[in-house]
Amino acid sequence: MIQQTNISHSEVRKLAELSFDRLQKKRGLILIILALIALLSFCFDIALGPSSLPIKDVILGLFNSNAVEDGTHVIMWKIRMPSAVMAVLVGMALSLAGAEMQTILNNPLASPFTLGVSGAATLGAALAIVLGISIPGINRNWIVSVNAFVFAFGSVLLLQALAKWRGASVNVLVLFGIALVFTFNALVALMHYIATPEALQQVVFWSMGSLGRSNWEKVQLLAIVLAVIIPFSLATSWKMTALRLGEDRAAGFGINVSRLRFASLFRISILAATAVAFVGTIGFIGLVGPHIARMLVGEDHRYWFPASILTGAVVMSLASIASKMLIPGVLLPVGIVTALVGVPVFIYLIVKKGRRS
Amino acid sequence: MENALHIQQLSAGYPRHPEVIKYISVGPFVPGKVTALVGPNAAGKSTLLRSIAGLIPAKGIIQYNNENILQLSLQRKAGIISYMPQYLPQDVELTVVESLISVLKVSAFDQLNSKMASVRTKAFDALEQVGIVQLALEPLNHLSGGQRQLVSFAQSIIRHPKILLLDEPTSALDLQHQVAVMQLVRNYAAAGNIVVMVLHDINLATRWADDIVVLHKGQIAAYGSPAAILTPELFKTVYKVNTVVETVHNGMVQVHVESLYNH
Repeated sequence: MIQQTNISHSEVRKLAELSFDRLQKKRGLILIILALIALLSFCFDIALGPSSLPIKDVILGLFNSNAVEDGTHVIMWKIRMPSAVMAVLVGMALSLAGAEMQTILNNPLASPFTLGVSGAATLGAALAIVLGISIPGINRNWIVSVNAFVFAFGSVLLLQALAKWRGASVNVLVLFGIALVFTFNALVALMHYIATPEALQQVVFWSMGSLGRSNWEKVQLLAIVLAVIIPFSLATSWKMTALRLGEDRAAGFGINVSRLRFASLFRISILAATAVAFVGTIGFIGLVGPHIARMLVGEDHRYWFPASILTGAVVMSLASIASKMLIPGVLLPVGIVTALVGVPVFIYLIVKKGRRS
Repeated sequence: MENALHIQQLSAGYPRHPEVIKYISVGPFVPGKVTALVGPNAAGKSTLLRSIAGLIPAKGIIQYNNENILQLSLQRKAGIISYMPQYLPQDVELTVVESLISVLKVSAFDQLNSKMASVRTKAFDALEQVGIVQLALEPLNHLSGGQRQLVSFAQSIIRHPKILLLDEPTSALDLQHQVAVMQLVRNYAAAGNIVVMVLHDINLATRWADDIVVLHKGQIAAYGSPAAILTPELFKTVYKVNTVVETVHNGMVQVHVESLYNH
C-alpha cells in the first residue's frame, strides 16, 4: 500500500515536470507567433491607406526594393514606412514601460498614460507651442519634442520622489498619478485659453496623438532608445518576477528593491517620454499591451516583457490601420483609436481588481 | 555556541517610531529548536522578526557564526536567512513552480548550479517536501488560503536557510492547515535549522514551540519554555487578562483566558 502511494507520487511529479516543460515551450512558441503577427500587421499597416497596395508587393518591396514599381516603392518607403515603423516602436516602448510600471507599483492599472506621464508631455508641448519657450542650443524643429520629453521625465521623477516617501503605499501612488493627470489637464486648458488660434489648433492636434509627424530622424532616435533600454529591462526579468511575490519577500532574497525600482522608473521615464514626445498622447497602450501579454504568457517576466513589447507593437499597428480605415479618406489621430479600445480594458481591469480585493 | 543566533542590545523601529524595540538581548536560539515570539499588538514582535531578517534598519548585534548579521550584505544575508511574510500578494499570474524558480534564480548563492534543469529539479524537490507537487502548475491567484501558505512556506525553505523566520504563518488558516504548516515548521527545525516565528495564538505557541519570547512594550517580558514562564501574573501585566494556566499531558501548557483584568 505504502509502496503504491510512493509510485503514484513520483508519477505525479514526473507528470507535473513534463507539463511544466511543455508550458515553457508553449510560451516560447507564443512569443514567436506574436512576432509573426506583429510583422504581418506591420505589413498591412504599410499596405493599407488611401491607394492601397497589394500585400504581396509590400512583402516583396520590404526585402527587395527593385522588385516593385517605382510608385509603390515611393509610397512604401517615403510615405507609409516612417509612420508604420513609428507605430511599432511607440507600441513597443509604451507597452514595455507599462509592464515595468505595473510590476514595480504592483498594480495592473499603472501605465504611463494613467499616471500622468502623457499629460505632462502634453503640457510641455503646449508650453513650447503657445509661449514659444525655447531652450538655447536646441534646433527649432525639435523644441516641442524636447520640451515634452523634459516634462514627461519630470513627472516620472515626481512619482519617484513619492515612491521614496515613506508611508506612500502603492495605491496612494496610483491615485497621485491620477491627480497629476487632472493637474496637467487643467494647465493645458489654461494654455488653450491664452493661445492664439493657430497655436491652439497646433496644441489640440498635438495632444490627440498622431503618427503623421513621424520622420526617419525620429524613428531612428526611438529605435536607438529601445535598443539600449530593452536589454536592461530583460536583464531584470528574474528580479522583477520575484518582486511579484512581495516586496519583503524580494528583499529577503537579497534584492535591493529600492535600487531595482529606481532603475526601472528611470527606464520607464526614458521610454515613455521619448515615445510621447514624438507622437503626442497615445493612451492605454501601456495598459492594453501588458494585459494581453499577461493573459497569453503569465507573469514570468522572461516571457512577459518580450510578450508585452510584441503585443504593444501589434496593438499599435492595428490601431494605425484602424485610424486609416474607420472613416474612408480620413486619417484619424491614432490616439483617438487607442483610447476607444483602451477604455473598456481599463474598466474591465478596475472591475476585476475590485472583485478580488 | 557558534551556530546559534544570539541577539544583543538590539534596537529597531520605523522612521516615525524609531525605537519600537529597545536594547533587547535574547537567545541563544539554537538549531533544532522552534522559538515563538508572542505579545500583545504593538509589542514589537514583528519589528524584532523583521530586524533579524534585515528588512528594517536596526542597531545592536545579531550574532551568528561569529558574525554580526546586521553587517552582512543583502546577498550574504539571503544565503543564511529566509523570511516568510504574513501574506502573499494577490493577483499574481505566476504558476507555483515558476514562483519557486524565480526565488532560486533571483540571486546567486552558495553551491547552486543555476542551470535551468537543476533549478527545476530543486523547485520540484521543495514542492515534494511540502507535499504540494500537485499544485505545481496552478497559478498563484487560484490557490485557497491554506494552499497559498503552503506555497509561501515552500518559497521560504527552497534555498535551505539556516535561519527561518515566519511572521504569523497560521493567521487566517483553518485547523487542518494550521497543523500542516506547524508540522512543516517542526520538521524544518528538526533538520538542524533555527526557526523563529511570530504567533498570535498563545496556545499554538505552547503546543508547537520549544521556547517562547514574550514581548511587552518593546521589551522582553519573559523568555523560556512555556511551562517555566507562563503564569497568570505574566498575562495580567502583559495582556491585561485573567487566565488559568493548566498543565495538560506531557507537561504541555494550555492557557484559558477568563476575563479582562481590571486592577
